[in-house]
Amino acid sequence: MDRRTSIKWMLAAAASVPSLRNYAFGSEPLASTTTAGLPGASGYGTDPNLVNTYKAGELWPLTFSAKQRNTATVLSDLIIPADEMSPSASAVGVIDFIDEWISAPYKPNQKDRHTVLEGFDWLDRESAKRYSKSFAALDQAQQRAICDDICHAAKAKPTFANAAKFFARYRDLTAGGFYTTPDGRKDLQYVGNTPLKSFDGPPLEVLKKVGLA
Amino acid sequence: MPFITSATAAKEHYDVIVVGSGAGGGQTAYTLTMEGAHVLMLEAGRKYDPATETPMFQTPDLAPLRGDGTTDKPFGFYDATVDGGWQVPGEPYVQTRTDDAGRFDWWRARMLGGRTNHWGRISLRNGPYDFKPYSRDGLGFDWPISYEDMAPYYDKVEMLVGVYGTSEGLENTPNSSPGCLLPPPKPKVSDLLVAARAAKLGIPVIPGHRAVLTQQLDWKTSPAKLHPGNPAAQKLIAEDMQRRAACFWATPCGRGCSIRANYQSTTVHLPPALATGKLDIVTDAMVHEVTIGKDGRATGVSFVDRTTGKQQHATARVVVLAASACESVRILLNSKSPLFPNGLANSSGKVGKYIMDTVGSSLDGQVPLLESLPPHNEDAASGHQMYVPWWLYQHAGKLGFARGYHIEFGGGKGMPGLGTAAELEWLTGGSYGAKFKQDARRYYGSFVGFDGRGEMIPNEHSWCEIDPTVKDKWGIPVLRFHWQWSQHETRQAAHMQKTFADIIEAMGGRVRGRVETDGAKAIAPGGSIIHEVGGAIMGADAKTSVTNKWCQTWDVKNLFLTDGAPFASNADKNPTLTIMANAWRVADQILERMRQKEL
Repeated sequence: MDRRTSIKWMLAAAASVPSLRNYAFGSEPLASTTTAGLPGASGYGTDPNLVNTYKAGELWPLTFSAKQRNTATVLSDLIIPADEMSPSASAVGVIDFIDEWISAPYKPNQKDRHTVLEGFDWLDRESAKRYSKSFAALDQAQQRAICDDICHAAKAKPTFANAAKFFARYRDLTAGGFYTTPDGRKDLQYVGNTPLKSFDGPPLEVLKKVGLA
Repeated sequence: MPFITSATAAKEHYDVIVVGSGAGGGQTAYTLTMEGAHVLMLEAGRKYDPATETPMFQTPDLAPLRGDGTTDKPFGFYDATVDGGWQVPGEPYVQTRTDDAGRFDWWRARMLGGRTNHWGRISLRNGPYDFKPYSRDGLGFDWPISYEDMAPYYDKVEMLVGVYGTSEGLENTPNSSPGCLLPPPKPKVSDLLVAARAAKLGIPVIPGHRAVLTQQLDWKTSPAKLHPGNPAAQKLIAEDMQRRAACFWATPCGRGCSIRANYQSTTVHLPPALATGKLDIVTDAMVHEVTIGKDGRATGVSFVDRTTGKQQHATARVVVLAASACESVRILLNSKSPLFPNGLANSSGKVGKYIMDTVGSSLDGQVPLLESLPPHNEDAASGHQMYVPWWLYQHAGKLGFARGYHIEFGGGKGMPGLGTAAELEWLTGGSYGAKFKQDARRYYGSFVGFDGRGEMIPNEHSWCEIDPTVKDKWGIPVLRFHWQWSQHETRQAAHMQKTFADIIEAMGGRVRGRVETDGAKAIAPGGSIIHEVGGAIMGADAKTSVTNKWCQTWDVKNLFLTDGAPFASNADKNPTLTIMANAWRVADQILERMRQKEL
């Protein structure tokens, strides 16, 4: 993900300032909507119904085979497992989101489609090389041994450089999918999106904590 | 019947045709109809109703791709803009260069209300210096009017649309008259931290100015100031002001506002204008030509009805173009006739010249002090609670670039989105699993983003013309853009980066990514800030400008421009408030001349 995309994501996230900050991010090269690689699929167009609810697979056909879906589930849950605060990634629909994402007929999604599907293949090749099994069939210690080699792009060995890029992107997609769900919002203890009579600013304890009161 | 068909409009004869329904067109139609003129508004896009179409509380998980932007919806799925973006299907334009440093990307919004539906609502007044930039440093052009000419209209627009903010008495950062501004929202903790640490660097942080109702408008006293001597208009606007709710401190303004707590042309200008019974609106009306009579005066406009593909013609005593700066230029240049072989109102040859955008550059920081703070609501006013006005006026001439910029910034624990826990590797060392979940909680809300918004000086190399071959899907010739920054802009962008890094450091934070010291790389491409102005600049001399100080074209007496096209400079202040104030000023002049039978 290039810097502009990541910032755009961050800001789409920071509901604080979407309409302000986003102005700078139209600077991405203007890709025309493309259906390359996905015959028959088109985007949602320039005038979709904004108050409808949309489900993965509704707007364009999905991609994952049963095997790919299995790999996705294992990997996403290694990245975001269940803990005392929230469920695992796969338990809240992240796999459907990633499938929707890589199946979308827009250029950045098409790029991710390539990255993710190639990444899954690499995981299986690497697993076969090390343990003679597919990635999903490994035990968690074995899976973690492979992930440990590719989870930090800056420190990954040159032979793992591409795999590390895949892992970084896949982790971003998993996290993006997870924290945009009700469970993800609860995990982060997001407070908002509800009408208030008044906006009172930060509580005193917050101001004290940063040395402003 | 305020919304009418193109065929019905073609049978009428109007006092004024207004082309465009955004900030300029909305304000023009509002002022004219409230004072009794019979107006036809033509909008190229579809009808749009913010009350029923705005996704107010929808969360990302209900949207395709979790609401992320695509080429179909560049600012995200829930952004108010429909049928708009830097590319509009079937409506191409031509760029002579496509590299970041030399291209101009043209944003359009084909919908009722135009770009006002999604804009940032930042509403800053130009100051006295901003109307006379040439006199101050010999660059660009002076406006043929001064701040004093515009000030009463800034007051009026602020009272009408509702702008929060304060009057701080800072240099070239004007105060509003008493009673004009609404109280600013409470700042967020990240706002306060920026303010405290920037102050140590001598950088002032003051309440922002945005078109959001922090409380109900003053419907008891404002109407008499807005429409003196016009009780009918006062009554109408007083009623409409009471129908607008105050902000309830939730949902992003960029989605639009179904409770009408923020300004959109569709929530503020059009409802009372329609209530006068004097306004007819035709949507899906793609105007491509101003028609001219034998006497050299405008007779009306020709347009394509997009629903039928049929050509239509509407007539009026006066034509006002407010189609957005470049679209108005396009209409003028496409209006060729034996009387005006080089396009309408172009005897100076200046139509299409001096297109400006805003200098933009961004940097983000991660601030440990803001990590793991106790959860609390930070939706606030949806941004721009505070900002940094340009603070180095006394250093003019010593910075390596002319003019200046203001800083918009924001942080906090907003609604989590796709990017909330993305690209954290530089902080986490590549964590995944249980540790990643802890890291996501820790860093959520600890980022602050900074955006510089600076003045671009008009130059001879940033302009547009009609492309000789390319046409849109209705056969209307399209624009071809030429673009070039000068060192004043690129050096300013580098200065922004340095300043942002200094503030981030002063907050004890770390810069995300790297500080871009090469201004040519730090600057956002032309058009990306969507502050397109110029192209038909006003001036005191018919040889060097397209309109006089009333935004009346020198060549055609009953043709006026009220969008950003007549801007002779593009101060760092976001242009929308000035577009509205100027439109009101021009509309007043049109009314006066109609009363005197000059028009």
